[in-house]
Amino acid sequence: MIFLKAFIVGGLFCVVAQLLIDLTTHKVTPAHILVGYVVGGVVLSAFGLYQPLIDWAGAGATVPITGFGHLLAQGAIQGVEQKGILGAFSGGVAAVATGITAAVIFGYLAAIFFKPKG
Amino acid sequence: MTQPLEIRKKQYKKLVDEIKPRPPLVRNTLGAFIFGGLIALIGQFLLNFFQGQGLSVNDAGAATSTTLVFLASLLTGLGIYDEIAKYGGAGTIVPITGFANSMVSPAMEYRAEGLVLGVGARLFTIAGPVLVFGIFSAWLVALLYYFFR
Repeated sequence: MIFLKAFIVGGLFCVVAQLLIDLTTHKVTPAHILVGYVVGGVVLSAFGLYQPLIDWAGAGATVPITGFGHLLAQGAIQGVEQKGILGAFSGGVAAVATGITAAVIFGYLAAIFFKPKG
Repeated sequence: MTQPLEIRKKQYKKLVDEIKPRPPLVRNTLGAFIFGGLIALIGQFLLNFFQGQGLSVNDAGAATSTTLVFLASLLTGLGIYDEIAKYGGAGTIVPITGFANSMVSPAMEYRAEGLVLGVGARLFTIAGPVLVFGIFSAWLVALLYYFFR
């Protein structure tokens, strides 16, 4: 059941982005989508709306980049809980360190090893 | 008499909007749903697998992201991810795999400009803005939490 819910919620996140690209007159690029979704994840998380979605849809909510925003926000909030104002500066990035490091390492290696097509 | 530039610009934009082909909405939306759903589904399989290996929920999530980022980087390098993106549209942008793709693609493209200003800088063409706005907004949320909790 969790698999079906993950598929549907993960798919719906992308449908919204696709409609934003196709139906708005502004030039919406992948960069705008990614930035908007991360900030959207931060905001939803701040209002306590994102964790319930993860509880319900699992990877359907963590795999979209909004989940990255959720991790950032919760990390920063927990940072404040533990260390006060300094934690607001350290908690967010610490919570997403694995993802960022993985993206830098694998991204760099892929860019070095492979040649672009055409 | 020629009209002011602003009006001519508006007329031109209207004309362009009328002429340019409408995106195939149903096909795009369906593609985004199916591919976005499939990537999330793969994520769910990975999540269950890593939890089965005894990882905590948080660690399993991190391991899942790492695996997806690895796969997306590899597929982007091989030129396969961009082929999938033709059908998946936003379904291949929104998942964390799209984030990895947005790093590898420009870095690979500008490899000829060197390892520092080519690969090193271009990795963050899109990831840079994502981190700036993400980190800034999370910091702001934490600051508000600090003062108003």
